[in-house]
Amino acid sequence: MELIDVPLHAVAHSRAGDKGNRVNLSLIPYDPAMWPLLAEQVTEERVLALFAHRGATRCQRYDLPLIHAFNFVVDDALEGGVNGALNLDGHGKSHSFRLLSLTVRVPKG
Amino acid sequence: MSDLFLVGNASGFSGDRIDAAPPVVRALVRSGRPAALFFECLAERTIALAQIEKRRDPEAGYEPMLERLLEPILADCAKAGIPILGNFGAANPVAAARCVARLARRLGMADLRIGVVTGDDVSGTVDLDALPVHEADAGLDMSSWRMVSANAYIGAAPLAEALAQGAQVVVAGRTSDPSLAIAPLMHHFGWAEDDWQALALGAACGHLLECGSQVTGGVFWDPGFKDIPDPANIGFPIAEVSRDGAMVITKPRDTGGLVDLRSVKEQLLYELHDPAAYLTPDVVMDITGVTLEQSGKDRVALHGVRGHARPERLKVTACYEGSWLGEGEVSVAGPNALARARATADVLLERVEQRGLARRARADLIGVASVHDSDEGALWRSYDGPEPPDIRIRLAVESTTRDNADQAAREVLAMLCCGTAGTSGARWRVTPRILTRSFLVPREMVPTEIRVLEARAWN
Repeated sequence: MELIDVPLHAVAHSRAGDKGNRVNLSLIPYDPAMWPLLAEQVTEERVLALFAHRGATRCQRYDLPLIHAFNFVVDDALEGGVNGALNLDGHGKSHSFRLLSLTVRVPKG
Repeated sequence: MSDLFLVGNASGFSGDRIDAAPPVVRALVRSGRPAALFFECLAERTIALAQIEKRRDPEAGYEPMLERLLEPILADCAKAGIPILGNFGAANPVAAARCVARLARRLGMADLRIGVVTGDDVSGTVDLDALPVHEADAGLDMSSWRMVSANAYIGAAPLAEALAQGAQVVVAGRTSDPSLAIAPLMHHFGWAEDDWQALALGAACGHLLECGSQVTGGVFWDPGFKDIPDPANIGFPIAEVSRDGAMVITKPRDTGGLVDLRSVKEQLLYELHDPAAYLTPDVVMDITGVTLEQSGKDRVALHGVRGHARPERLKVTACYEGSWLGEGEVSVAGPNALARARATADVLLERVEQRGLARRARADLIGVASVHDSDEGALWRSYDGPEPPDIRIRLAVESTTRDNADQAAREVLAMLCCGTAGTSGARWRVTPRILTRSFLVPREMVPTEIRVLEARAWN
């Protein structure tokens, strides 16, 4: 089977939420059949690396196979969060699209 | 007692669309079912800003849009027996009740029963320094902070009690958001305070509805990928909750937006950490066994939510005046914009450093990298993509005094003459920073009080 690299955005959607200096990112494939592939490729390490430049310290992934979704919780990703950050996006709500910029390898077509 | 109860939401935060309620109320009335409507208006820091307002004016400090939110629907809700609940009391629930009473009298409803729940404000009653800090806030240095407010997230029981006393409008300050939906369900179905399974269904209802349109297409639509009908008129959500534990999320017909598996999944996981333990003051909700089913157009059924015993302690969030935020922006565009923008950012940071104006400073290149960037500018400094046509440079500083924050922000203004060629469009502002910290407080330290009076008696 021929494989191609695509941004996660092509195959999944996401929403970000905050609590203090933590961000949570859901990840939901449009096609439930893609869930195992994402489980294999979208690892805690890769997601943590997306926030390394902001000092993130830990990423935990919770799997929700019944609704074909994942929940990533990234600690210390918000430079102090809504109360402390100098960032325009103190809530970190734009980070769902940072996650969706990750590349995944999927079957072509 | 009906086996089906409808809960509608008409606001997801203070600042939400002002005209969300009428279509929801019309749908609730049309259904002919018993129903309640709630407004969620209090983000973490909203109450601190309200407390500052209240200090300035003892009759202020509640949701400033309260009258406008309720006026179009108050008579219809009262007539149909649909109670209205909201945390729109913010820092001053009693003044908010008086505002609702004035509105009711003006509309010829002097007998409208208005209930107030107080007790969430623990700023004068609880010694927070003696209590454990919420884990997400451990390690914050608070040495220079001055407390503005401290409020407990109270649960559904006192709100349900106000309904039991006949309140047609329930005004609260800080409550947990899902409790605003749990309370009318508790009251209607007669759920016990330790019926964890039932309360978890209520918590799921509240969690899915508390952000208003976020479950019906708001912060969801992504043109070309997740399109929604009529995003200018998204319908706010309604939950149909049945006694046997089933729930359907839907929205009023003739409104924009949508309810489908994608929108419900996004909101189900929103601001959630461990899916097995979503903490509310009423119950610990566990969604690991949840299944969803599209049961019709704009209808999603949820099954399998589980409940566990509620946490022993209540969360109290204290807000502090800590420092000042100074911000300034200026634009460059056209040939060589990137080099000019980088140079501008570097010079602004150098000026702030040289003058000793800030504890922390940051520059963004809006159009290159900003919201995803770090304070160090890791992304815009390393950017090697195509030349952007138009860039806005933003300076942000945290200063200990208002004057320093203002002086730092004005460095952006000075760039109109001292900056790179073609610099223009300066804007700057200074705002007080509200810092927060959360504590875990024994429930018995947070007694609540319920008062229900007719509109004619609230003076």
